[in-house]
This record gives sequence, structure tokens and C-alpha cells, in this order.
Amino acid sequence: MSTNLEKRPVWLRLHALAVFAFLYLPIAILILYSFNGGGVGGFPPHNLTFNWYRMLLDDGALWDAVLNSLEVALAAVLIAIGLGLPAALALDRVNFPGKALFRRLVLLPLILPGIITGLSLLMLMVAVRIKLSLITIILGHGTALISVATTEIFAGLQKAQRSQEEASLDLGANYWQTFWRVTLPNLKLAIIGAALLIFTLSMDEIAVSFFLIGRDNTLPLEIWSRLRRGMTPEINAISTIIFVFSLALILLWYRLRKPSSEEWETAARAVEGEA
Amino acid sequence: MFSRPYKAAVALPPIVWVAAFLLTPYLLLFCNSFWSVQGGQAIVHNWGLQNYQNLVHVPVYAQVLLRSMKIAGGVTLLALLLGYPLAYYVAFYSKRKELLYQLVIIPLWVSYLVRAYAWKTILGSDGVMNTLLQHLHITHEPVGFLLYSPFAVVLTLTHIYTPFTFLPIYAALEHIPKNLVEASQDLGASRVKTFWRVIVPLSIPGVLAGATFAFVLSLGDFLAPLLLGGPGGIMISNVVVTLFGAAYDWPLGAATSACMMVLVLALLFLTEKLEKKWSFS
Repeated sequence: MSTNLEKRPVWLRLHALAVFAFLYLPIAILILYSFNGGGVGGFPPHNLTFNWYRMLLDDGALWDAVLNSLEVALAAVLIAIGLGLPAALALDRVNFPGKALFRRLVLLPLILPGIITGLSLLMLMVAVRIKLSLITIILGHGTALISVATTEIFAGLQKAQRSQEEASLDLGANYWQTFWRVTLPNLKLAIIGAALLIFTLSMDEIAVSFFLIGRDNTLPLEIWSRLRRGMTPEINAISTIIFVFSLALILLWYRLRKPSSEEWETAARAVEGEA
Repeated sequence: MFSRPYKAAVALPPIVWVAAFLLTPYLLLFCNSFWSVQGGQAIVHNWGLQNYQNLVHVPVYAQVLLRSMKIAGGVTLLALLLGYPLAYYVAFYSKRKELLYQLVIIPLWVSYLVRAYAWKTILGSDGVMNTLLQHLHITHEPVGFLLYSPFAVVLTLTHIYTPFTFLPIYAALEHIPKNLVEASQDLGASRVKTFWRVIVPLSIPGVLAGATFAFVLSLGDFLAPLLLGGPGGIMISNVVVTLFGAAYDWPLGAATSACMMVLVLALLFLTEKLEKKWSFS
């Protein structure tokens, strides 16, 4: 719509600006007050300080929670991809009884309020007498996030050409070789994308963890328990660090993705040109 | 082309896992909702509808559910009002689509809890907003209604779910064939008419998907009400959490969740039907 670019309605631009202001205001405040000597409230901020960051360094409980969260997120990625990949392959190429039910069931944790999935899993753990710990949280996250892995990898499968796999099989490679040499490389980007998404979702997950928590806290639950005691800029500081870290992850992901999406577009244009 | 062992190898592990760790827990939830607690201690398996009767007869539950639906409805409406024009602007007028699209998504990478907490620091009685108002001599005392009210919950949830609403609407708008829009304008329709007669109808599936996201996700929320809602902002999930925690009535909590689950599934079923009706391809 290049013709429209010159006559952009002013009110639409103002509206867009206002929405972005609304979306970024709390984040800006969060970061700003992580340097505020006077605590989390008050205007204007005063006494700029790195004290909260310094306090953070010595806060053993918080770093334990960070480590727990990293551990949980990594394990959840392994479980979710380990099951989501075969699930996507099965949905793409196997007809089995109850397939429609299976597809819906896998997606449920994504759609239902998190607490329903959380307390349902809690009931299972109680019924089979498994003690709550980080393991139960890993189980919960891994299971709930199979949904993300399956949808992302299934979308990747739709883009990849199955003829390559057929050629590989025709030329005498067995299923195992075809899987490692053709199927998996074709799905590489979808899998990396899914893994990053699952990782960040798990790092931020609260509702499911809330019910499955044992003695060790994950980071969001540690923050939650501190919030109930009162607000401290230490929480702003750790959040700022995580935000910067996430931004770095996103940029990395775009570096990884960029060339291939451009390849796709060039390919699409080439096909259109021929037609 | 794929052999039976291949099919079994890819299909069986996820099926078994999902049956064990998703289907069984959800079924257990339903079973629990028909049991009851005896002596405030043990859950006994005497099947019956007592929990559901309880939910119907004690007015508090219906009131809280209604309030949750009102809050979720408000969030949905606001998220659409913020998200749709933005998506329209990015899809049809922006020179830097990719960048603006990313700018909408980036807030999602800040922890949900932390963003809710940031709103608390903004709205609190000695928070940023109130001290700013006093600093500028607009008010002389803290404005009370900002925090610990349904208003604070709606504001925070709108902030959190607007990007979720934006995404499907933007996808729908992006997929509108540009030649349809050009055809409408070439045939003499004004821009306003083109917008209402061509663009809006074609974007309805995206709007439905976005509205469903916002409604369902905010309906089930329990942290924003706890942090910012105060006693007047309690939502249905908070009731469930209390029943599973301090009140120790799992069966009643399970029945409440089962109702929520049925409500959400019915809603999804409905929007899926509507989306099919409105999709043009």
C-alpha cells in the first residue's frame, strides 16, 4: 500500500504512539526506579544509586531461585521438544484413533487458565504420592509446553518439503538416517525457535508452578513471596537484568532467523516471477 | 511411505505422555468435583452433586464469577480498542512494519509478575502517579481509587493482554489481499467505506481470536487481583486458590475449576464456529 503512505491519518499515528507509551511506561518506570535511592515510590526519582544491584549480588536466596528457574526451564525445553517433535510428526503423517482429541488435548494447557492445569497436576501428584519438588514443576512445565513445541514444529513441517525425505528413503537411506540427515536439519529453525519460546515461558511461569512448588522456589515464585512482604527496588534490579538478558536473546534469535526468512522471500519472489 | 514401526515410534510416546500427564489430571479434577471433605480433614469418595449445588446456592460464587466476567469483558474491549487501530496502522500505513511489530512483542519478554508489580508502584498511594499529581499540585492528597480496585486490575490486565490481541488481528490484516482494497477504491468507495465494507469484515477472524485470548486469559488470572485488586477485585481464580489453600476444600475448588473449564471450552467452541463462518478462504 505504498500509495497510502503519504496520507497517513494523524489520529492513527497518535493512537499508535499512545499505545506504545502505555505498553512501555511500566517498563521504563521499572528500570528507572531500580536506580532510585529512595525506594520504589515517589516522584521525581532521586539519589541515583547502584546499591540495589550491589545488594542483589549478595542475595543468596535470589540467585538460588535464578539457578532453580534455569534448571527447570532447561529440563522443560528437553521434555517439551522431546515429546513435541514426535507429536508434530505424528500429527503430520500418522492416522491414529483419537487424533482429533489428542490434538486438542495437547493444546489445552495453552488455552485453559494456568491454575486449572496446575491444580489438576497437583491432584495427580497427590494421587500417586509424589512429593512436590522442582521435579514436579519440571514435569508440569514440560507437559504444559508440549503445546508450544508441537505447534511450532508442526508449522515448520508444513513449510519443509516432504519430497526431500521421500528422495532420501528412495535412495536407500533408512528412517533413522533420513531423520537425522533430512528431517531434523529441515526443522532446525522451528526447533530452535520453539526451544527459545519454551525457555522464556518457563522462566516466567507462575500459575502451574504455584501448585507444584516444593521447598525450592523458582524465580517468579521467589519474587512473588517477596512482593507479599513488601516492595523493594531489588526486584526492579533483578527484573531489569532479566529484561536486558531477554532482549539479548531476542536479538540473537533474529540474527539466526534473518537469513533464512530472506531466503524464503527471495524464493517466493522467484516463483512469482516465473509464473 | 512411512512404515508401521516409524509411525508407532513417533505417535506412541507423546500419546502415552499426554494420556498420563494431561488427560488423567483433567479427569481427576472432574472426579474430585463430585467428592467431598469430611471433618475438614480427609477427602471422601462419596459421589454426588453437593459441590455444584453449593456453587449454585451460595450467592458469593455467582457474584465473583460475574465480576470476573465483567473484568475480563472490560479488558477484552479495551485491548481491542487499543490493539485494532494499532494493527491497522502497522499493517496499512507503517514504513517500518517489522520494527513496530517487534516493539509490540518486546513487553511480553518482561515477566508478567514484574509488570503487574510495576503498575503497583505506579498506582500506589505513595506511588509514582500519586506523588506526581501532588508534585504538580493537581491534588493534595493521594488519590485512593487508583490501587486496590477493579480499575487497577482492568488497567494491568489490559496492559498485559493488548499484545496478545494485537497479534492475531495484525496477522488477519496482513493477509487481506491488497488488490481487494485497491479494487474497492478504484470502484469509487471512499477510504472510510473501504475500511468498513472490506477491511473490517475480512479481519473478523483475527478479532475473534484476539478477543478470545484476552477474555480467557484475563478470566483465569489470579495474580493481578491479588496484587492490585483489593477486596473488591477478587476474581474466580482467587476463590479456587483459597479453596485449595487456606480453606482446604479441594472438591469444591475442583467443582469451581470444572465450571471455569466448561465455560472456557464452550467459549472456544463458539468462537471457532464463528471464525469458520467469517473466514473467506
